[in-house]
Amino acid sequence: MLRYQHWPDQDAADGARHAVAIVGAGPVGLALAIDLAQAGQPVVVLDQDDRLSDGSRAICFAKRTLEIFDRLGCGAPMVAEGVSWHTGKVFFRDDLVYSFDLLPEPGHARPAFINLSQHRLEELLLHRAEALPAISLRWQQRVTAVEKTAEGARLTVATPDGEYRLSCRTLVAADGARSTVRGLLGHESTGQTFHDRFLIADVRMEADFPPERWFWFDPPFHRGQSVLLHRQPDNVWRVDFQLGPDADPAAERAPERVIPRIQALLGPQAKFSLLWVSVYTFACARMARFRDGPVLFAGDCAHRVSPFGARGANGGVQDADNLGWKLRAVLRGQAPDWLLDTYADEREAAADENILNSTRSTDFITPKGAISHLFRDAVLGLARDHGFARRLVNSGRLSLPATYDGSALNTPDADAFEAGPRPGAPAIDAPMENGWLLDATHGGFTLLAFGALPDGAAQALGDLVPPATVVTLPAQGLAAERYGARDGAFYLLRPDQHVCARWRRFDADAVRAAHARALCRDDAA
Amino acid sequence: MSKLVTDPNIGAPDDFYAALIDAHRGLPEADSHLLNARLILLLANHIGDLEVLRQAMALARAGVAGDKAAT
Ligand SMILES: Cc1cc2nc3c(=O)[nH]c(=O)nc-3n(C[C@H](O)[C@H](O)[C@H](O)COP(=O)(O)OP(=O)(O)OC[C@H]3O[C@@H](n4cnc5c(N)ncnc54)[C@H](O)[C@@H]3O)c2cc1C
Repeated sequence: MLRYQHWPDQDAADGARHAVAIVGAGPVGLALAIDLAQAGQPVVVLDQDDRLSDGSRAICFAKRTLEIFDRLGCGAPMVAEGVSWHTGKVFFRDDLVYSFDLLPEPGHARPAFINLSQHRLEELLLHRAEALPAISLRWQQRVTAVEKTAEGARLTVATPDGEYRLSCRTLVAADGARSTVRGLLGHESTGQTFHDRFLIADVRMEADFPPERWFWFDPPFHRGQSVLLHRQPDNVWRVDFQLGPDADPAAERAPERVIPRIQALLGPQAKFSLLWVSVYTFACARMARFRDGPVLFAGDCAHRVSPFGARGANGGVQDADNLGWKLRAVLRGQAPDWLLDTYADEREAAADENILNSTRSTDFITPKGAISHLFRDAVLGLARDHGFARRLVNSGRLSLPATYDGSALNTPDADAFEAGPRPGAPAIDAPMENGWLLDATHGGFTLLAFGALPDGAAQALGDLVPPATVVTLPAQGLAAERYGARDGAFYLLRPDQHVCARWRRFDADAVRAAHARALCRDDAA
Repeated sequence: MSKLVTDPNIGAPDDFYAALIDAHRGLPEADSHLLNARLILLLANHIGDLEVLRQAMALARAGVAGDKAAT
């Protein structure tokens, strides 16, 4: 159990005062707190609960998320403990229809995905957070009222020994799908609820399925519905059974109903034990705006997706990644307040992309009406023999990071690039002589220089605030290839490793202007 | 923008029509529906151009009675 602690500022006569408060210590709130605190920014995190998330929630964490966790200093233990995978297989009735590889090339530090329970992931985030003295992590503290003030926001916090007031300049609502903060401020998250129910079971067993994502449409052991199987660490398996819209959730949770379903999948000899069983329905929804003055909304509070594609927590962690550096720059007076508007702009567009993908997957998996069903089965029937139909099969378009096309922070290309991440895209990993490219870009803004830097270049950028670290890479090799930079080229990366701008030739003024632009500053050319 | 061809484009129209009907011969209605769906998917991939496909879908729908969205 996570212990309640009485903090001295709870007794302050005019309430506790902090620069940043985060409501919710889920994966999103914790990731943001770590990002701020490891750069020295003090932050308070409030969570109503006395435990980390339990039950069957997220298990699939994507490469980009792991790269963000690397930057936050906790990716390695997650990858060491999780089950790495990159292959997905799709079955229709009795047959394997096709398989796909989510990371077909070597030369990346992180796998396409790991499977690890959300509970363990949160434990590892918590472990990292507890090592950072700038985080004040407050369990069993529930936000019950929120008010916007001239200086920021003021909260009422209920604790086991009474209420207190807490004021902050910036409030981040990361309090989940049923967000209190969102409701108290009169906002809603709207969208589409899907009617099909899903049985989600975590099962312990000895089995020799490979570490792959297996998805069945209409299998013989669960006729007319879909089934998804994932391997987790320690011989734990996640099985999702589609139940249809009419299933009775209470009855379906009963072991005498669940066990035969699993037995049918595994065969009569299989021995297994149930760890957790729940019945879910899913929704895709988002808030109209992820910012309301001093309050920023992140994670499930701001947007929800169905789990096909694993875009929930993965998308939320990218919210934190996007917000952390912007918040730091604004609090330090290095950027104007409206840099935070670009958090909302960029992550709303990303949420739309995640919702679109997850809605389309859900529509394919649970077709509505006879004709949708017919086309779905026609696609699956053609997929085994015809490549074009395989591309139409949608058992989940698995989480990829958003590219912030059209963001005000991007400096559009002036030079031509045939390859490489465009402005707004996340940087691509590649091996370096010692270590990995992405690991070399953890120090804030980074100038990636392919080939030698011209004389005086580093000095010409020496007074940038916040500074840009120069990382030099060979003008030939895998990194140069992935960045379309064989001839020597320059990329300016934001602290969240997304590309601000790129050039074929070094130009200090252009770099300064792109840096200023990425911070919404007037000195942008 | 490519335009959907609606002028005569099939060299032997009667042969095509007979082949289409023949393709369904002897099938129970449910299988015929599946055949049609497969046929649409195969032809759509052959055409490839989403703009053209959208025009075809719109035109096909506009001629169908009972389309509440169009009124
Ligand atoms: C079955 C299932 C499978 C999933 N699989 C995946 C997957 O494989 N990959 C993936 O990326 N995502 C997956 N998801 C989604 C994922 O679980 C969520 O997207 C993720 O938990 C969102 O994190 P969060 O930090 O925004 O919110 P949460 O994890 O919900 O955390 C919110 C926190 O806020 C606290 N809180 C709430 N109200 C208050 C208050 N008033 N005061 C103080 N604290 C408060 C809560 O105690 C909680 O700790 C899955 C979800 C489900 C249900």
